[in-house]
Amino acid sequence: MVDLSTKIGSLSLPNPTILASGIMDEDSGSMKRILDSGAGAVVTKSIGLKPRAGHPNPTFVELDHGILNAMGLPNPGINAYLEELKEMKSYKGIIIGSIFGSISEDFVYIARKMSSFVDAFELNLSCPHAKGYGLEIGQNPSFVAEITKTVTDSVSQPVFVKLSAQVNDISKIGIAAEKAGSAGIVAINTLKAMSINLDLETPVLGNILGGYSGEAIKPIGVRSVFELYRHVTIPIIGVGGITTGEDAIEYIMAGASGVQIGTALYHRGVNVFKQICNEIKNWMSDHDYDSITDLIGVAHQ
Amino acid sequence: MTHKIYTTKILKTIIETNNVKTILFKHPDSINPGEFYMIWIPDVDEIPMSVSIINSDIKGITFRIVGEATEALYQKTINDKIGIRGPYGNGFSLDGNKILFVAGGTGIAMIFPAVAHTVKQGKEVSVIVGAKTKKELFFIQRLKQINANVYVTTDDGTEGFKGFATQKAEELIADQNFDSVFTCGPEMMMKSLYQICDSKDIIFEASLERYMKCGAGLCGQCVVGNGLRVCVEGPVFSKSKLKEIKDFGVFNRDASGKKTYFHQ
Repeated sequence: MVDLSTKIGSLSLPNPTILASGIMDEDSGSMKRILDSGAGAVVTKSIGLKPRAGHPNPTFVELDHGILNAMGLPNPGINAYLEELKEMKSYKGIIIGSIFGSISEDFVYIARKMSSFVDAFELNLSCPHAKGYGLEIGQNPSFVAEITKTVTDSVSQPVFVKLSAQVNDISKIGIAAEKAGSAGIVAINTLKAMSINLDLETPVLGNILGGYSGEAIKPIGVRSVFELYRHVTIPIIGVGGITTGEDAIEYIMAGASGVQIGTALYHRGVNVFKQICNEIKNWMSDHDYDSITDLIGVAHQ
Repeated sequence: MTHKIYTTKILKTIIETNNVKTILFKHPDSINPGEFYMIWIPDVDEIPMSVSIINSDIKGITFRIVGEATEALYQKTINDKIGIRGPYGNGFSLDGNKILFVAGGTGIAMIFPAVAHTVKQGKEVSVIVGAKTKKELFFIQRLKQINANVYVTTDDGTEGFKGFATQKAEELIADQNFDSVFTCGPEMMMKSLYQICDSKDIIFEASLERYMKCGAGLCGQCVVGNGLRVCVEGPVFSKSKLKEIKDFGVFNRDASGKKTYFHQ
């Protein structure tokens, strides 16, 4: 019997698949459906202090090898979102609360409000298309360290930081997060990108710039996880272009203890979590692996 | 399944009322009644729109000016370019042989291709078209031309039956043995119809409208009930699904995801 259960710090997941932030996680009904569909955990929409409409449409463009989006961190604000989290309270399943902010006080305020409803936190220090947030903070190791430390000191749950691959050296940021007390690193976020429509001679996204996700970015995600694994001892959650069980295994071999799935929902539907788990199981059976944890980081040996 | 942007020129525009317009364009892919496109109005917005006319390669959308995007689209003329993604979503099942369609306001735009399709199939088709007043009615001639049984209602009695479409529907449902009722219009109207049909052995389906962003099932903006995406599992939902959707007739969500309650 193949065992898919994995540990990410103090979190025990029934399987390594996690819903990535920003995908079907703006309301409790969506998150319940994703957990029912077999995800080992869900990450919430990135939540800020106040309601935020996000960028104007078009916010979504389908390209040949991935999806470009510029949602722009839409969210109902922490107060309204607590209502959604309250509805998840009696629901079985691991919830990771994603937070964005511009200064550490914002992160702490939101984390404290969320803390009775979530099992862990994910700090969004990597969104590539929201002015004053995300990557604008997350490329500076000292900002990352300060925010990580203040949040970690304020809540009892594990705090993960979600990093971008669009920095000179992701390991440096990862090391800064680990030193500051982060319980794990999530890598990577979408990559800053754009698309121009030739017929209309204009950028497609309402915000012009957006984030690129899907199969095209997978090798960049795998590289980032591989580099991080060499330099940090805390667990890594891999994300970026994971569509199949083999994609997930590649990330796990690079050093990931868990994987996040987002864009693949577009191609394979909400059952993608079960499908990927089955594909991982089949691969493990074929290759005589009993426990998924035996595969973590094997590419480094 | 790919839904890349298809840019197309507007072939023709038809003024339906003083603030409702139909735009016709070429789109090569087939689309079923009740499905929708994401219509990109360059430099302005991208909005979901149900198909209102299906004529092989030529497709149409019909809309009322309700905001900045529809205003900009209304101003478009022949040869102007727009971008199209889709089709997305699922239309009515169109099950049953004796069918009642109930359209409120611009809902008739989405209902019309379904009426045309079922009339062509030889089914017995009745349509209630409800509007506030005579000046807001459109598509009535087109419905009569295809030989559907058309009932017009206006709130102020300036045309047809004076009252709400739901009142007329209740009367017709009591008098005739419809197999199915399909509706598109203001949510409170559809909720009332749902309540009328709930206890009866009758197929009932309603087309919901929610704020959309990706239109493709990823962003979660248009979700209702327990994770049902209006853009993927909808926009049409059956009676049994509507029963599970606690949002139906109660609230929708604004662009931030915050709940906005309907006036009861």
